[in-house]
Amino acid sequence: MNLTLRIWRQQGPQDKGRMVSYQVTDVSPDMSFLEMLDVLNERLILEGEEPVAFDHDCREGICGACSMVINGTPHGPQKMTTTCQLHMRTFSDGDTIDIEPWRAKAFPVIKDLVVNRGAFDKIIQAGGYISAPTGSAPEAHATPVPKADADAAFEAAECIGCGACVAACPNGSAMLFTAAKITHLGLMPQGQPERDSRVLDMVAAHDEAGFGGCTNAGECTPACPKGIPLATIGRLNRDFLAASRKRSGETATAG
Amino acid sequence: MTASPIRSTVGKKILMAVTGILLVLFLVLHMVGNLKIFFGAESFDHYAHWLRSIGNPLLPETWFLWIQRAVLTFAVLGHIWAATALALRARAARPVRYAHRGKVQGSYAARTMRWGGVIILLFVIYHILDLTTGHLNPVGDKAHPYGNVVADFAPDRWYVTLFYTLAVVSVGFHLRHGLYSALRTLGQQTKHGERRARAFALGFAVVLCAGYLSVPFAVLTGLVG
Amino acid sequence: MHDNSDLFITGEPIADTKAPDGPIETRWERRRFSAKLVNPANKRKMTVIVVGTGLAGGSAAATLGELGYRVKSYCYQDSPRRAHSIAAQGGINAAKNYRNDGDSVYRLFYDTVKGGDFRARESNVHRLAEVSVNIIDQAVAQGVPFAREYGGLLDTRSFGGTQVSRTFYARGQTGQQLLLGAYQALERQIAAGNVEMNARHEMLELIIVDGRARGIVVRDMVTGEITTEFADAVVLASGGYGNVFFLSTNAKGCNVTASWRAHRKGALFANPCYTQIHPTCIPVSGDHQSKLTLMSESLRNDGRVWVPKKAGDTRAPGDIPEDERDYYLERIYPAFGNLVPRDIASRAAKNVCDEGRGVGPGGLGVYLDFADAIRRLGRAAVEAKYGNLFEMYERITGENPYDVPMRIYPAVHYTMGGLWVDYDLQSTIPGLFVIGEANFSDHGANRLGASALMQGLADGYFVLPNTIGDYLAAGPFEKLDESHPDAAAARAQVEERVSKLLSINGDRTVDSFHRELGRIMWEYCGMERTDAGLRKAIELIRGLRDEFWQRVKVPGRGEELNQNLEKAGRVADFFELAELMCVDALHRTESCGGHFRAESQSADGEAERDDENFSYVAAWEFTGTGERPVLHREDLNFEYVHPTQRSYK
Repeated sequence: MNLTLRIWRQQGPQDKGRMVSYQVTDVSPDMSFLEMLDVLNERLILEGEEPVAFDHDCREGICGACSMVINGTPHGPQKMTTTCQLHMRTFSDGDTIDIEPWRAKAFPVIKDLVVNRGAFDKIIQAGGYISAPTGSAPEAHATPVPKADADAAFEAAECIGCGACVAACPNGSAMLFTAAKITHLGLMPQGQPERDSRVLDMVAAHDEAGFGGCTNAGECTPACPKGIPLATIGRLNRDFLAASRKRSGETATAG
Repeated sequence: MTASPIRSTVGKKILMAVTGILLVLFLVLHMVGNLKIFFGAESFDHYAHWLRSIGNPLLPETWFLWIQRAVLTFAVLGHIWAATALALRARAARPVRYAHRGKVQGSYAARTMRWGGVIILLFVIYHILDLTTGHLNPVGDKAHPYGNVVADFAPDRWYVTLFYTLAVVSVGFHLRHGLYSALRTLGQQTKHGERRARAFALGFAVVLCAGYLSVPFAVLTGLVG
Repeated sequence: MHDNSDLFITGEPIADTKAPDGPIETRWERRRFSAKLVNPANKRKMTVIVVGTGLAGGSAAATLGELGYRVKSYCYQDSPRRAHSIAAQGGINAAKNYRNDGDSVYRLFYDTVKGGDFRARESNVHRLAEVSVNIIDQAVAQGVPFAREYGGLLDTRSFGGTQVSRTFYARGQTGQQLLLGAYQALERQIAAGNVEMNARHEMLELIIVDGRARGIVVRDMVTGEITTEFADAVVLASGGYGNVFFLSTNAKGCNVTASWRAHRKGALFANPCYTQIHPTCIPVSGDHQSKLTLMSESLRNDGRVWVPKKAGDTRAPGDIPEDERDYYLERIYPAFGNLVPRDIASRAAKNVCDEGRGVGPGGLGVYLDFADAIRRLGRAAVEAKYGNLFEMYERITGENPYDVPMRIYPAVHYTMGGLWVDYDLQSTIPGLFVIGEANFSDHGANRLGASALMQGLADGYFVLPNTIGDYLAAGPFEKLDESHPDAAAARAQVEERVSKLLSINGDRTVDSFHRELGRIMWEYCGMERTDAGLRKAIELIRGLRDEFWQRVKVPGRGEELNQNLEKAGRVADFFELAELMCVDALHRTESCGGHFRAESQSADGEAERDDENFSYVAAWEFTGTGERPVLHREDLNFEYVHPTQRSYK
């Protein structure tokens, strides 16, 4: 099939950037979306043009590197699918496809479709862990975890940190990402001691990074390639309320 | 020691939820009062006057009303302040817009909260000047609110009814997302609960809309007059 | 033995001097005791560079940070969380014996040595089995959501043909969950100021001063800035080199550059020809193919592998009657059937395809059929077990495996070879440590399923943090800066190479070279290797390498994000590695594990090991591009597990 691509080209962080049109021909429906871009890039290189820069790595839907908004939808039209696993059979001959980077102040564009997602690491640094220095661990079976909790924790822990939730959110919020980690660790008995500080610190880091606030618009979960449930955000809110109340109680007695 | 929770985006959302719920409770009482119109002018006017004397004799005349107005004003201002702060933040969080806007995956109600809120605010200002202070009412007789209402929605003043309808529908949309959102914000966290919360919000919004719209349409059709 | 003196020189033997003798159960304990300790106050004065943030690098950087060292961590990805360990599906082995099914540290040790086809060191493997139990404890304490049973205890399964149930898992995403555990521990140390993280940085050279590894030259992949970074020790955790084949299950960015640069500077490279080919991958669909996707091995538990009996049979699978199908694994290996080890299943698939009986585009595929399982267990049960894998398959191929049998074909998955290290995981360059898939030490000629995660985390959490102290106890070493002549020279080398790549401005893309190299390697150094084929491959590789340096076209500049420049540097190193792999494969005229020499097989086509001549580790010394490498042999001694010929019939 033959397609028209309109791709966001931006030389560097300072450049203003613009959409540029390209024709691609003889696209096989068995190609992945990224392989289609590979073909375009090979041609651009030989024609002496700059190839399109985009992030990608594992190409099997788990590393979370690939990140492009395709026709206004992060990772494109297929649900529960990263860009690297999206195949061209989803499109039809003659289609025009718009390809843009994640757009968020907290994810500044580095070049073309490549953005800096370091803000996610910052949120994890603020408390997205359980403090368990190597060697200090008790026997694994010392603390049983109810299967339902373990399964729910796993569901949240599946987050690949790609940032599609931010790209999809009308507020540019990273609350689904933050909530996924809060939920994962909050459901494990090992995560209880740091539960209060975790939610307060991670939300503070989230805000600090320049993400927008969550207004429960519900755009994130449909865009999430792992289908992280919206309910995780409810859990974050509840933990936040409880932790804030406890903390104000503590300061009151301490004061 | 972290900053006060209200400084955070989640804290603001909680403020919106709490103030929103206060306003919704008021809307329910207000609607129940409105429906008194179907019991006739006397009943309606009596109810209106009673509002001024709630709490009597413990509280002096109209004190309750002023306390209630203060609470509502505080709720409205808090709600607007948080909404504005979050909206400004959202704008700043996406300095470059998408060239291709995707279709809405969540709900339209959610995407129209901000404009809907502005419409509702404008309506509330008009509504107070119309039926509370009487300045914009064709009759404006404080002693006979029933008459004011009937005059308001007279067929030749169709544009008032239209504006009123638009505002009430906006409230409906606002509540459909707002109620669900408030429950989520206050910690609703299961998938099953999410479905129930959405259904509740939708049902609530529909009932409220129907209740409020029944009055002007009753006047328009001559059922009340 | 053939005379291969035109291809390599035989040098002095090499020995691992760090492993204690005596009873194997106490070797690790005794080594920990004999290793010197670093004064806690001194740890803060010492810097360790860790390259790579996968299971090995991430866990090592976090643990070294916890111990009080100052750690500088580097990864080419935009976040340490994206290292390719994340893609491991199956699980992680540990000798917990929670099932009471007869497992033990000794049995895991035994299985791993045997599974490695008697080409691994007993001491290393035993240590791996010992610490395996600590890994599970550690991961659970970090909140890794392993699969659990209704009682709340950890679930395990049997994996890759073992007879005990010792594989812990988190659905099909065990690697992801374990990596995120290590990543979170690492982020905690970054927040605490103990680790300095440098994402989107690529190591391009090793700096050696006074015979010690003292730093690296890195390129900031965003700005293109090339800098020298110094430390008291350097740890490479940069993964395997499967991408030399272009098509593999590795991530696109996986590369050998860090290891290869160290090799060029004197670190020996051991057993480069040992590559693991995984039998259950989704076949290539066309020339555009950029990567291969693994389907979990667990599919072979219920799927039946077959091809048509007749060559060139192009009928749809459903139209081929039962008696015209050849369930060849069940036929050849009645005892293990579809569950034979990876290397055997892979080679059998290649053989039937070579006979012209392959299915799908290009005839490079075999059926993995679930029709019987669906009939026996019901569709719902099959869906519960494999639903997510079936979905993935359908997403990629557009075919529904409930109705049409899956097509699978082997693909390069893991490389057992790597930089040579001693028991302390130190390479032949003092101060250069190598952990995880980047080293060669624990899997011999073939890795067992669910053992890669175990080894990466064993090295990073428990082994290296204990052994590196023995080296660092002599530190801190002399302070260095970029003006040091050795550092400046290393940096100049990198800059020169970058500008060379940018200046050729030829007429072929980097990928076109990489693809061609991959085809040569797959054809001649893949599942089956022959003397003639390998010699031909070496010639082709040399020709292609020369052409690369004449005709490659790398667009853009060096001072910006330039993905083709990154690729070009990696492919240049793959050329040199490819040649060494072929030399290694050529010199090893036996078949063992992932290395099958057509000349060394029994009458019925089974691999034949040659313990008399090849019971050694082949550690290669670099002498120059296109020059003959020097072979140093490290003899392998088996005191506990006595070599036997594997048989799965």
